[in-house]
Amino acid sequence: MSDTAPTTANTRRLAEEARARVRFEEEALDLSDQVYRVARRLVGSREEAEDLVQQTYERAFRSWRQFTPGTNLRAWLLRILTNLNIDRGRRQQRAPQTTPLETEAGDYFLYNKLEAQLPEENPAEERVLERLSQDSIVDALADVPHDFRDVIVLVDIGEFTYADAAQILDIPIGTVMSRLHRGRRILKKNLADGVPA
Amino acid sequence: MIDWCDKCEELMQPYLDGSLSDAEVAEAAHHLELCSWCAKRFRFEERLRHYVRVAVSEPMSAELKAKLSALRTPLDA
Repeated sequence: MSDTAPTTANTRRLAEEARARVRFEEEALDLSDQVYRVARRLVGSREEAEDLVQQTYERAFRSWRQFTPGTNLRAWLLRILTNLNIDRGRRQQRAPQTTPLETEAGDYFLYNKLEAQLPEENPAEERVLERLSQDSIVDALADVPHDFRDVIVLVDIGEFTYADAAQILDIPIGTVMSRLHRGRRILKKNLADGVPA
Repeated sequence: MIDWCDKCEELMQPYLDGSLSDAEVAEAAHHLELCSWCAKRFRFEERLRHYVRVAVSEPMSAELKAKLSALRTPLDA
């Protein structure tokens, strides 16, 4: 009798842990589309993004006990992913790390340029937006220096809060906000530069 | 003298992000009511943000999805 009680408790504990693990893995897999969508824009190619997402899930499943239930699992996965991305030497990526300040333009610059190219007076904003192709947006984003692009991708594409983005990238919230503000201007300047005159 | 169009250009991002103070929101909203030139540029920015999100979204391949699924811990019989 005294032998079997601890064994039963132990079995129960193991069964509970197995269930928790299955639940964790299912929840993480449910987020994989969203994780990939962000990963794809953090790196330069589809292959790199796929590798990175796979490594992220391998690591997440290995260290699942470190995740605190009830906290943001998507942000936790992205934290692993951005750390792996930094480890693998993101320096090879195409965009330079910094951009000279003089290349920056104000927030109205892109609209002003696009509108001026249309023949009609006072066109509707939909007409102005149509001047931008999907490919031109992908290219313009890829050419944003990665410090700024990371924040745009997390907040504007991945729809993370400033606080989550700050935690994922291990930078202060104020830095997230200033990089986002400047990064969007760089993105729009890139878009404006890509439009044929 | 304040150029309200310049001021609105500076406030546009935080205005759309919802991170301005009430007083600044009221100032910007007041100007936008009077100035269709700025109002148009704000509407464009909103549409652009949405368009960017959609344009750069690329679905995950079925192969990767299958690979991730295979990483799950096998259930003991």
